[in-house]
Amino acid sequence: MSEIRWLKDVDAALKEANATQKPTLIDFTAAPM
Amino acid sequence: MPVRAHIKEQKPTFERFNAQWTPTILLLDSAGAEKHRIEGFLPVDDFLAQLELGLAKISFQHGSYAEAEKRFRTICGTYRGTGAAPEACYWAGVSAYKASNDATHLGATASQLKEQFPESEWTRKSSVWIH
Repeated sequence: MSEIRWLKDVDAALKEANATQKPTLIDFTAAPM
Repeated sequence: MPVRAHIKEQKPTFERFNAQWTPTILLLDSAGAEKHRIEGFLPVDDFLAQLELGLAKISFQHGSYAEAEKRFRTICGTYRGTGAAPEACYWAGVSAYKASNDATHLGATASQLKEQFPESEWTRKSSVWIH
């Protein structure tokens, strides 16, 4: 199973999602990173 | 696109999306519109079912009813023991109806829900479809 490449920049992710017509998942967390 | 926002590092992002609790998961469509929200921890199967439910809702809300029905039915079958299953069965029936304009899909869905999930609110919501 491949590792998820989490992004931090929401606006960059939304822009890429729009360009590629893919959905965006945002994980709001308080877990240690 | 997977994005992770930590409460200590990205508080403005929490406020922007009105995330009041952790964990909160949002599913946005490609236009950035929120289509599904999961608040609080869930065991793996429940979590996966909720993610699938979000993707199915995106298909439904974009008018891709055949794809939405397929996704909803997968949840209804594969994740039958999860809290998402009755909701998915309900929307599978609605998707089938939307795609065909054939109301028998609604009646069949109501019967299925009554049999498989007698205590669910989705069964009560569908009760109006049984004549």
